[in-house]
Amino acid sequence: MDTTKSLIYDGSFNGFLTAVFVGFEQKLTRADIQCDQRAQNGLFSQTETIFTDVHKAKRVWNGIKKRSSSAIKNIYFAFLSRQEGIEPLLYYYIQKLMAAKENKGTDFSDDLVLKINQLAHKVGREKHRMEAFVRFQKTKDNIYFANIEPDYDVIPLISKHFRNRYADQAWIIYDVKRSYGLYYNLDTVELISLDLTGVHVNSIKKSNAFTNEEYQYQDLWNNYFNSTNIKSRINKKLHTQHVPKRYWKYLSEKKEAV
Amino acid sequence: MNFERIKEKLNILADAAKYDVSCSSSGSNRKNKDKGLGNTGNGICHTYTEDGRCVSLLKILLTNHCIFDCAYCVTRKSNDIKRAAFKIQEVVDLTINFYRRNYIEGLFLSSGIFKNADYTMERLIAVAKKLREEENFNGYIHLKSIPGASDELMYEAGLYADRLSVNIEIPTISGLKLLAPDKKHEDFAKPMLKVRNEIIRHKNEKKLIKSTPKYAPAGQSTQMIVGATGESDKDVMYSATYFYKKFNMKRVYYSGYVPVMEDARLPSIGTQVPMLRENRLYQTDWLLRFYGFSVNEILNDHHPNLDIDVDPKLSWALRNLHHFPVDINTADKRMLARIPGIGMRSVHKIINGRKYRNLNWEHLKNMGVALNRAKYFIICNSRYWERRDLDSERIKGMILQNSTGKFRNQYSDQLSLFS
Repeated sequence: MDTTKSLIYDGSFNGFLTAVFVGFEQKLTRADIQCDQRAQNGLFSQTETIFTDVHKAKRVWNGIKKRSSSAIKNIYFAFLSRQEGIEPLLYYYIQKLMAAKENKGTDFSDDLVLKINQLAHKVGREKHRMEAFVRFQKTKDNIYFANIEPDYDVIPLISKHFRNRYADQAWIIYDVKRSYGLYYNLDTVELISLDLTGVHVNSIKKSNAFTNEEYQYQDLWNNYFNSTNIKSRINKKLHTQHVPKRYWKYLSEKKEAV
Repeated sequence: MNFERIKEKLNILADAAKYDVSCSSSGSNRKNKDKGLGNTGNGICHTYTEDGRCVSLLKILLTNHCIFDCAYCVTRKSNDIKRAAFKIQEVVDLTINFYRRNYIEGLFLSSGIFKNADYTMERLIAVAKKLREEENFNGYIHLKSIPGASDELMYEAGLYADRLSVNIEIPTISGLKLLAPDKKHEDFAKPMLKVRNEIIRHKNEKKLIKSTPKYAPAGQSTQMIVGATGESDKDVMYSATYFYKKFNMKRVYYSGYVPVMEDARLPSIGTQVPMLRENRLYQTDWLLRFYGFSVNEILNDHHPNLDIDVDPKLSWALRNLHHFPVDINTADKRMLARIPGIGMRSVHKIINGRKYRNLNWEHLKNMGVALNRAKYFIICNSRYWERRDLDSERIKGMILQNSTGKFRNQYSDQLSLFS
């Protein structure tokens, strides 16, 4: 018999994994897992609210990881895409993964596997873009500050990269769209949310928050950017393909073009 | 720091360095040490200039003063241009401050040759040494090996740099004599050989003694200019193969010649940069390194030049129709990689996917195979496949008819009505 239920969780990844745990516990064939911010009850379906339980989440995480380490990465990345209706798809994907005798994560002839893979790939690309497009500006209190506005929620994914690389400077990377960010205080990385008065894009107008030297280095960088361009090979289409226009306002080398 | 003066120098010396196409910042494994600054990984392109080339390293010359007079080079002695030179500390400051703002992956430092080879090489090493030892900088450093530099200096350079490179520039010895009369072929080979031997020695020692220092962990690379001396594609790719084999090169770069000054020996100013040819050479390079082709299959005395209108793999397939059609569900990896329209990613997906079920056209399309090219060369789990006995000219015609490329106007014989 088909058993279906709506499971409402708090929007965190641990919450989602707890919901998966509950789904498996109750042997649901279809679990309509929904985030509480956009939950919508079906007319005849049962609803249960899930309280995040780190232990249960951990068990699910380890269970999947034991099956396939690439699958757990795909699930996490695809989850972060926050696409509408991604949770039931992932539940179905995990079901498939656990039911199969062998590793199903590489069955690229399966539409669902291919879709989850492609979604994870998209999020991975956005992560990589943010590692490239973050432009720190030095504030007067010696913190390197950057605003970002990524398509997907990649802040949790880029933390490690920046912590390893910029270990000797304090920095903040702040996601303007989702109103939270990372702050590295020379020791650990914390999640912060700020009350920003203005979005600190790399605009031509100078802000009081940053050092004077900062603007001189931006100027040098702009000069470098322009003089390293070979005019007889111009290819604007390729340029915007690699650096899409929506990111320009945060890039100091493109501020004159915005 | 006098920013105005630095700005002026930066403009001159970045402009002079931009014809070096090497841009990779990958292949090294340097970790951030003692909470210092930077590390290296898979490489990141931080931005792209308007010509569509990536910017991952701060690519500059230490100076554009040069004692040589190579015809293809913008900083040649006889060229009347503004000259400048950075102080060592200035390069260090620029690198560190750009790096801290996440503009770059590291430094690519080259130089014109002033006084002599060793004197120049010493200066380059001094910059790298200062970055590593005084600033605890662990980002990527790419140093140019100056042709003719001594073995001792090449040894020292490798201890600080991630990658070393000498640009061979002219693929044929006769071309080199014509365009760069001051340089000798042996001068290029000597530092390459030294670096290759040191890399091998350090790798072997590392197996026995864990604390062996890193030596040029990202290997070495070189670059060739194409379209300057009338060399054939065969000349270019055969010397590239030689460098890959003989010196264990990580990469050989091909740079379409950009005319920068009038010289009777060279294409005149205003000549179009051979970008399409460059593109075909890179495609061939990839076929050799990742697809299991050997160079004489693609280029030989019967085919000394690559086709312009189709990519080299398709061109090979059209000349070797007796290998096709290939059955997607049974063929081995080597043969799958040789099908036009199927890249290594698709090969990976096909091999994994076919374990579970026989693949049909729909599966292949979803995996991202370029069926407009591949369909003439494969059969799969379907009743439909190309049954007509087509010769290579017909296939080529049909493929070209159903595809568009950005370089199409450069080789199409179609007249345009209103031009």
